[in-house]
Parts: sequence; C-alpha cells; structure tokens
Amino acid sequence: MDLENQKRVKEFADEYGAENLVVVLGAAEGEASGLAAETVTAGDPTFAGPLTGVQLGLKVYHVCEPEMKEEFDEEVYDEQISMMEMVLDVDDIINEMTAIRDEFCKF
Amino acid sequence: MAILDGKKAIIIGDRDGIPGPAIAECVKTAGAEVVFSSTECFV
Amino acid sequence: MNSVIKGASYVLVHTPDMVLYNGTTQTTERIVNPDSEYLKEVPNNLRSFKEAVEYWPNQTYIGNVHPDELAQVEFPWYDKNKEGADRFGRYGEIMPQEEFLFLVQASDMFEVVRLDKEFVAKYKDAFAANPIISEDIVEKVHEGVELGEIEHFVNEEHAEGLYHDGKLVGCVKRAHDIDVNLSAHVMHENLMSKASSVLALLYAVRNAGIDKADVEYVIDCAEEACGDMNQRGGGNFAKAAAEVAGLVSATGSDARGFCAAPAHALIEAAALVKSGAYKTVVVTSGGCTAKLGMNGKDHIKKGLPILEDCLGGFAVVISENDGVNPEIDLNMLGRHSVGTGSAPQAVIGSLVTDSLDKAGMKIPDIDKYSPEMQNPDITKPAGAGDVPLANYKMIAALAVKRGELDKKELAAFTKEHGLTGWAPTQGHIPSGVPYIGFAREDILDGKIRNAMIIGKGSLFLGRMTNLFDGVSFVIHGNTAEEESAAAGVSEEEVKGLIAKAMKDFAATLMAE
Repeated sequence: MDLENQKRVKEFADEYGAENLVVVLGAAEGEASGLAAETVTAGDPTFAGPLTGVQLGLKVYHVCEPEMKEEFDEEVYDEQISMMEMVLDVDDIINEMTAIRDEFCKF
Repeated sequence: MAILDGKKAIIIGDRDGIPGPAIAECVKTAGAEVVFSSTECFV
Repeated sequence: MNSVIKGASYVLVHTPDMVLYNGTTQTTERIVNPDSEYLKEVPNNLRSFKEAVEYWPNQTYIGNVHPDELAQVEFPWYDKNKEGADRFGRYGEIMPQEEFLFLVQASDMFEVVRLDKEFVAKYKDAFAANPIISEDIVEKVHEGVELGEIEHFVNEEHAEGLYHDGKLVGCVKRAHDIDVNLSAHVMHENLMSKASSVLALLYAVRNAGIDKADVEYVIDCAEEACGDMNQRGGGNFAKAAAEVAGLVSATGSDARGFCAAPAHALIEAAALVKSGAYKTVVVTSGGCTAKLGMNGKDHIKKGLPILEDCLGGFAVVISENDGVNPEIDLNMLGRHSVGTGSAPQAVIGSLVTDSLDKAGMKIPDIDKYSPEMQNPDITKPAGAGDVPLANYKMIAALAVKRGELDKKELAAFTKEHGLTGWAPTQGHIPSGVPYIGFAREDILDGKIRNAMIIGKGSLFLGRMTNLFDGVSFVIHGNTAEEESAAAGVSEEEVKGLIAKAMKDFAATLMAE
C-alpha cells in the first residue's frame, strides 16, 4: 500500500480509535486485496511503510464482498460497481479477504 | 449488526479495480462517514 | 479529409544500472531501509542485455513479433527466450545502456553530462556504428574526463552517478546550485526522457519514409517536467528533442495528462494536420527512469528477474491524407469529461460507446481495441492483474449490458477484439499507443478494418484533482477515394473533365 495512505490510516486510527474505523478496498485482484487487508490489520508485509509492525486489526472489506453489498443502496451499487463483478474474480477476493479477517481482525 | 452504519470509512480504491470515488458513493448510502478516499495506481 | 498515420517507431533502452540508482522503488528503499535485503538482491536479479533482447514482449514492442504471435507463446514469458532475437526491429531497436549514455551526452546542451575517458574509448565506436545515429549526433559526444573528476562531482557536488556494470562511468551534474528544479536528479531524469525521445524520433522519420525537414511540429507526451524555479514545468521537451534529431523545420510543444497524454497528443496532432495548420506532425515520447524496477520487490519475492529494466519510447508521424495510409477519424472521439464520474461503467461508456453511438456502431463493430497494453508478465506477479484483459472484460461487460453481446461470448470477445499486453510499465508508454504501428499495417494488409486506441490517466496522483481522465479515437482504412466519390466527382473524373475542356478550347481556337 502507498506509503502516504499508510500514514493516513495510522493517523485516523489514533484520532478516531481503531474500533470506529472500517477500511473498504477496491483492489483488482485477490492477492492485492489480501496484501492491503494485511497492511491495515497485521502491519505492512513489505516492511516499507509507517504501518510496518503496527497491528491495527482494523475491520476491512472489499467493496464487492456480499457483506458490503448488502448494506449499500442497490441502485447506487448497480450504477457505480456492478459491472465490475463480471470483470473481477470475486470468489478469489472473498477467499483472500476472509482469510485475513479471520486471522488478524480485532473487531 | 451493520458494519458500516455510524462508522468512519477509509477507502483505498484501485485504478484498475474500483476507484475510490465510486466506492465512496456506495459507502455513503450505508450510513458511514467517508473520512478518507484514495485511489492507488500500480502501473 | 482526415489525417493519416504515416509511420510509427518503438524503442527500448536497456538500463539495468538505472534500476538500482534511479527507480523510485529502490531510491525510496534506500531512504527507508538502507540496509535491506532487497537492495542487496537487486543487482543479482537484473537481466543481461541479451536476455532483455530475447524477451518476447520486448521483441513485440520493437515490431519483430506480432501481438498475435506473442499470444501463442506460453505464459509466463520471463523464462522463455526468443533465441537469437535481434536488437534491431521493424519499428526501432533495443539500445544497450553503454551506447545510450552517448546519446544522453549528445542530448545535453549544458555540459552537465560527463563520461569517463576509458568508458568513452571503449564504447564510442559501437555507438557511432549504429546506422540510425547520424554523424552530426556522433560529433556532439565529448572527449572523456578523468574518473577522479567524476568522483568529485558525485561525492562533493551532488551529481547523479551514471553506472555501467555496477561501476561509476560518468555523471549528470546539477545545472544550478540552489534551484531544485535543475538539480542533478531532475536533470538526469529529464535527459534520459529527452534522449530516448530523440531515438524514437530518428526511427519514426525513417519508418515513415519522410525527410527530417518535412516535420513541422512535434508534440512530446511524456510525464516529466522541465523548467526552473520560476516556471517549474515550462517545457519544451518536444523542441529540445527535435533539435538533437535534426528536425530543422519543426517547432513543438509538450502535452501532459499522465498516461492519457499520448492519446490526447495524437488527437491534437490529427486535428492540427486536418485543419491545415501543419502538414506533418510527430507525437513523441521518451521513457521514465523513476518507474524502473517499480514492482521489483514482488518480482524478486516470486523468483523472477527484475523485468522493469528498460526505458520505453515511441513516436508516431501524422500527415495529410495521402490516399493510402489509415486515418485517425476525428468524428469518432471518446472523452472522459469532468461530469462522467469514476464508476467503471461510466468511464468505459464515455471512452468507448459514446463515440460508437454517434457513428451508429456497436461495440463488436470495432475489430481491435487497444486500451492499456501493459505486459502481464510484469503486472500479474505484482498483484495488479492482467491490465489489458481487465479492460477487455470491462468493454465486453458493457457490450453485454447493452445487449450487443451474449454473456456466454464474453471470454471469446476478449480474445477476438483484444490483444495480449506487451508494453513495459512505463506509465504513458503502454497507454493505447503500442498497437498503432501494428494497427497501421494490419489495416493496410486488410487483416482488420479498424481499431480503437484508448488512453487513460490517473490525474489524482498529482493531487490537483480527484478526477480520472481518458480519451479515445478510432483508426480505420483510408477513405479518400470514397470521400471524393461521395462528393460527386472522383479525381479521375475531374482530370477527364479538364482534358475535355482543354480539347474543346483547342478546337475552338483551331476553328478560328
């Protein structure tokens, strides 16, 4: 994850409390989703950014996961995102995200 | 219990997946406050 | 009449040492983790020049392998070389680092580039022997200096080192003591972009079969900025490169728009020529040192060599309709506007279907789409997926939504109307334009009727807007003949009418 974005995530966790945050991702692949999710839960796996060694354990979802979709206004989702379900490997994304959440999510 | 309602949302979109602003439009409809939205680019 | 694509060039420069010293992934790591294992591993995972030349996607980029042939090569490609491949190609070449450093010096007008004496003695002849490098360019290369002088500039005066085989062989000095816009780092980055653009210009002129003096205007569409503290992005790379390439009749300007800039520049060039403002315009761009080794961490982690080891460049010659070459149809432009939004379907709609709708065409009516042609060998291991394929899926998905394609045919559509990506991840370089050379020939050969070139740009990275951007245009076969016919009279008929009038006139004279 971009270093500046990591810095902002860390600042928001300090400001609002990790339990009040939800991170929503739009990554193009399962693996990239998993890496981003790992960064905001267990720390930056590439050891490059401000979240290296910081275990925030934030709640994190990919925008195409059913848990998210369920909460959105259907019409808005259809207009903004639905087409991408035909493009992305949603099952792979769900698997990666679920694995990371099960292991590292604290909330 | 709702995941997003009443929470602060951080959005990390992807240029080649779903861009930040498109996610923000959806997240707002679920009652979360978008405190940060960004779009990453790997290429 | 629409302007035509007279020719195109594609060049690569293999710069393995710049991966370590100038790629931002590596320079950032040097600041954050100076002792990291990754930095130690980089030199051991760089490819040799031979390996870079024999790499299938690179052979495709310079025109020796058609994308259809590349698609037949079993994926991944990094472990399968095209044995005996040539560094020279139909569209350009893959220049080795040691020769390129001479072109960099020839592109330097302010004596900021110094090369070591021994290095000059060893490699200058090879540079001069390249047929595309004309005598006037070779003459711009200086005598080498003592290595001690170079070490002094690097160690004491913030010069940027130039390395070859891991050894210091030269430097780029700062061009100003205080102004960061003229720092050695910026001068280095800009000179590499300029020199690779010069190389692209030289090949473009050759490939189009025109004289250097025919070029009236050059548009540079790279992603660098040159200027000083009072005008940071003042420009003008285009004219600066045209000077070195010997395009004596040309002026020019820079077009910027992140990765979308090449598509913007081509539309501008086509419009300038169609309007009659200029007869021949060349769109050009050099490469980007910052992006070298951008995904190197992922490549090394997965046991791949660092595949982002080449600077890319390209140039396209646009000229008045010659009745033969494929045209850029200015009636079929797509654009992502301020009001389009960022929903993927809205983006693709604005870029693809808006212009098709105007022309009464459907998505499958375009034979080939060329969106972002990034090489998946590079992007897949880095978690960015197969970018061209994702674009094709989006276009196909939109076609399904519009009822122009059956959902079952989605996968087949991506193959029939798509291409496998081959371009290096140099930002603007992969964006739509890599196919123009092949598209021109495929249309001339009757293999395809038309192609849509799509450029997209991540404007938000500049922190001036959250907006995304993109434009598209359609290339199709030459219609000059049909156009004249539609206008009522063909060229032949006009000639016939004139001949008849002359005869009649002569007859009246004779009668008198």
